[in-house]
Amino acid sequence: MGNKQTIFTAQQLDAYQDCTYFTRKEILRLFYRYRDLAPQLVPLDYTNQPDVKLPYELIGSMPELKDNPFRQRIAEVFSEDGEGNMTLDDFLDMFSVLSEMAPRDLKAYYAFKIYDFNNDDFICKSDLEKTLNKLTRNELTEDEVRMVCEKVIDEADLDNDGRLSLEDFQHMIVRAPDFLSTFHIRI
Amino acid sequence: MARNVNFDLNHPLVEAGLESPADEDVVHNSFSELIAEQSQNGLSDAFELQELQNELDEEGRDNLAYLTGRGLNDREWEDDERQTDPLVGERWSSDTLKVLSSMPSRTIGRSRGAIISQYYNRTMQLRRRRQSRPSIRDFSHSARPSIRGYGMEADCIDAEGAGASKRERLVNNLQNLSVSDRIRMLRAMPLSLAEKSELRTSTLQKERRTRSGSQIPCCSQLKYYIIIAVRQCWYSWLSFLHSLQLWQVALKRVSGRFGTGVLSYFLFLKTLLFFNLFLFLVTGAFLVLPQAVHPPVLSADRQSFSGLELLTGAGYFSDTVMYYGYYCNYTLHRSCRDDDGGQNISVSTGTTSSCLSSHHSYNMPLAYFFIIGAAFFFTCIILVYSMSKSFGQSFRIDKSHSILAMKVFCSWDFKVIKKTSVKLMSEKICTQLKELLAEVNQKYVKNTVCQQLWRLMVHGLAWAICIASTSACVYGIYHFSDFMHQQQQQALTNKHPMLKEASLLALPALVSLINLLLPGLFNLAAWMEDYESPSVGTYVAIGRNLMLKVSVLCVLCYHWLGRVAADPKSINLTCWENFVGQELYRFLLMDFIFILLDTLFGEFLWRFFSEKVLKRRRKPVFDIARNVLELIYGQTLAWLGVLFTPLLPAVQILKLLLLFYIKKSSVMMNCQAPRKPYRVSQMTTIFITLLCFPSFLGASVCVTYTMWSITPSTSCGPFRGLKTMFQAGKRWVEQLERDNPNLSVLARAHAYLVENPLFLFVGAGIFLIVIYFHSQVVDGQRKIISLLQEQIENEGEDKKFLITRLQHIHEQKRTSKRRLKSQDSNY
Repeated sequence: MGNKQTIFTAQQLDAYQDCTYFTRKEILRLFYRYRDLAPQLVPLDYTNQPDVKLPYELIGSMPELKDNPFRQRIAEVFSEDGEGNMTLDDFLDMFSVLSEMAPRDLKAYYAFKIYDFNNDDFICKSDLEKTLNKLTRNELTEDEVRMVCEKVIDEADLDNDGRLSLEDFQHMIVRAPDFLSTFHIRI
Repeated sequence: MARNVNFDLNHPLVEAGLESPADEDVVHNSFSELIAEQSQNGLSDAFELQELQNELDEEGRDNLAYLTGRGLNDREWEDDERQTDPLVGERWSSDTLKVLSSMPSRTIGRSRGAIISQYYNRTMQLRRRRQSRPSIRDFSHSARPSIRGYGMEADCIDAEGAGASKRERLVNNLQNLSVSDRIRMLRAMPLSLAEKSELRTSTLQKERRTRSGSQIPCCSQLKYYIIIAVRQCWYSWLSFLHSLQLWQVALKRVSGRFGTGVLSYFLFLKTLLFFNLFLFLVTGAFLVLPQAVHPPVLSADRQSFSGLELLTGAGYFSDTVMYYGYYCNYTLHRSCRDDDGGQNISVSTGTTSSCLSSHHSYNMPLAYFFIIGAAFFFTCIILVYSMSKSFGQSFRIDKSHSILAMKVFCSWDFKVIKKTSVKLMSEKICTQLKELLAEVNQKYVKNTVCQQLWRLMVHGLAWAICIASTSACVYGIYHFSDFMHQQQQQALTNKHPMLKEASLLALPALVSLINLLLPGLFNLAAWMEDYESPSVGTYVAIGRNLMLKVSVLCVLCYHWLGRVAADPKSINLTCWENFVGQELYRFLLMDFIFILLDTLFGEFLWRFFSEKVLKRRRKPVFDIARNVLELIYGQTLAWLGVLFTPLLPAVQILKLLLLFYIKKSSVMMNCQAPRKPYRVSQMTTIFITLLCFPSFLGASVCVTYTMWSITPSTSCGPFRGLKTMFQAGKRWVEQLERDNPNLSVLARAHAYLVENPLFLFVGAGIFLIVIYFHSQVVDGQRKIISLLQEQIENEGEDKKFLITRLQHIHEQKRTSKRRLKSQDSNY
């Protein structure tokens, strides 16, 4: 590969390197993964920044996301249009945040957005219920779901408004040392 | 905490934050007058209150019934203390809700503008921290003198002049940070990649403009270019490292199927591999290579190669560069005379090549001593660094109470991609949530005295069994080693030499067998004890295992250093270091063979047995803790043996490579992930700590003791003839002093500092004092955290108070208005 690649200009690669947690080789490898999802849609020349968006169905069919119950939310959070259709920038952004080197605060921010199903910038009871059902594949009874939601809001809600704001969420994540290792996708 | 909050109508934060369809233009006076008489400080121009009044005037639907009817949350309050607190049970009106949700502290996560504002503050703080006092001439004259010291205003002047928004100020700040800080800030911003690119481009453009505008002295320009060049080199080095990323695909498959827990075992294996690679490179380059190029004169009776050497390490291998005995005790010279016996150089035909001067000499004893010391020293530094980093990530100062919340949000392992594993993980989380709920809901049932006593008895019995079995095995090893020692002393010559060598394998085999079987006994004891909390069970298992391995290693060290080294003549050894090196090689090899057997029988055959005979669907569980402790044990042996066998790290590297593939295949075929909750970061910290403290510390204490007090053999090795190995360093310092009398200071420093034990005591004392101070600092920080939490709670109370008062006033006003209206209508 070296200096002979013609997919990106040197400035583009530098910009990607400075704005994500990836090196040049990883960025190129991710580009090829992106292209493999739809070779006829993605051109091999990104120097003039073509406007290519891959539909959610293709993104959701990636082996890393295929069986993840939160894949739709992940795609929606990181996509520009909020529907899950991702450009290359969105794709790189997604895997950069989910990589090993992203700091805790950044991951907590996006995790909060992922678990906020109705996009109202708060994790309310209904969001929690949806999260629980996705986590346990609807195995918990309604009573148990309700009790767990109440308990969670009890524990984590610091300002007592009945739902979790970003700060409450971050305050809780700071105390969870495992978060960094579980909120991580290897690509 | 009383920061002046800007309630400016045109404030971009407010614009960005508000989503309510408020009519921002209408200003009502009467409500502000009402508020002015209620409060002392300037709430009169509070925007939110004006907006509140606007809402109330426009919509007619807010009535008392609505206010008291629906609630914020439909929770039923049981006997909580919150029921007595009137604030939380209040029903907020929709406007209050809107006001609450547009408070500045809530809008941080919401919008782009808020994020940019937040990062502007952070970059400002970073700049303040990083900046030293600039010189006066860097300022334009229009900078106000009182703030000249900060150096901020100078660059903000034109920015403000252009009607800067927060974004431009952020770009400004970014431009003034150092390159690495800027990149770190850019990467950590939760904005989309396109926006970050734009920010970066504006920053670079601005930088280019300011750079071309002002006259920068050439040295700082040079510094700038050097920094750019270094960064490029660093990136290319990272790329190179990444491209030779070892086992990336394999690790991904393992993590995809089993998750982070089992992955941590393989990552630990990879870490050990790198430690051994480092050791191997150091000893190989500085010890093995010079000695291999200049082989010493060998004795005539060299044994021929037979297959048994690979197992025992003796025989043909004992006179090779593998062991201590091969190394010479003189300075190696590069000369053109070929009287280095045994070296196969082709004699140059007549023409004399220029002889190298004696400058190119290599003092082998000194090199041996220093290289081993340096290798241990650097390994220590790397270990302590990784241990502290791991500790920092997993240690939390205050106890967390949000167990259930953490379980809900942090337990889903995003690395797992295989469908069946995902299903298993869902089931596991479901079970754990149910258990946690049950735990949390039921009242704590206090055990009766009888039950407590019974539990104590059971625990006592289990511990008694474990300690008794450990002591019995250690005693057995002690006597067996004594027995083998005496057997060798008797030197029965009618024994076949091969058998004699094979009998050397008996002790290692016994030790490995004990290491394999006894943890199974400990597991049985733990099963009998039935711990309530699985993490306590894991810690107890690790503790018992550790106790076994430490005692076994202690006995072996005593056997080698106390028996063999003390009196090597009694077993007809001319070179006891060689013997100890060979013993360690045998132990390492036997350990590997027994791990293989355990993998074969414990996992592979057990799976067949349980599927076909017991007809169970579940596969055996991969015991992470036990496997990691075996790795640590093997590494301790390797560290113990480096002094006697400089090539032992190479053997360990081979062993780890093979182990990786064997364990990986076994895990993929035969095992399943542990069902108990496994706290990865805590366990990783514990393992690295165990690697540092009992393992590395013990090995370095043994090596130091050997170097300090034990007499080396007189007929082999680089330290022959010296009283202790340590003398090699002393001799060199004395020689330096003789050659150059000016360096007598060094000699005296060596005598007083290094040889005097008082210096070490003082050093250790200072170290302990520093640790004590740091622990006091941590205590202080804990107190500060609790104070801050109290403060946050008080602020929350203040907010609630204000909102309820406003509600109250609003209600009063409404009731008085309605009364007036009804009175009017009656007339």
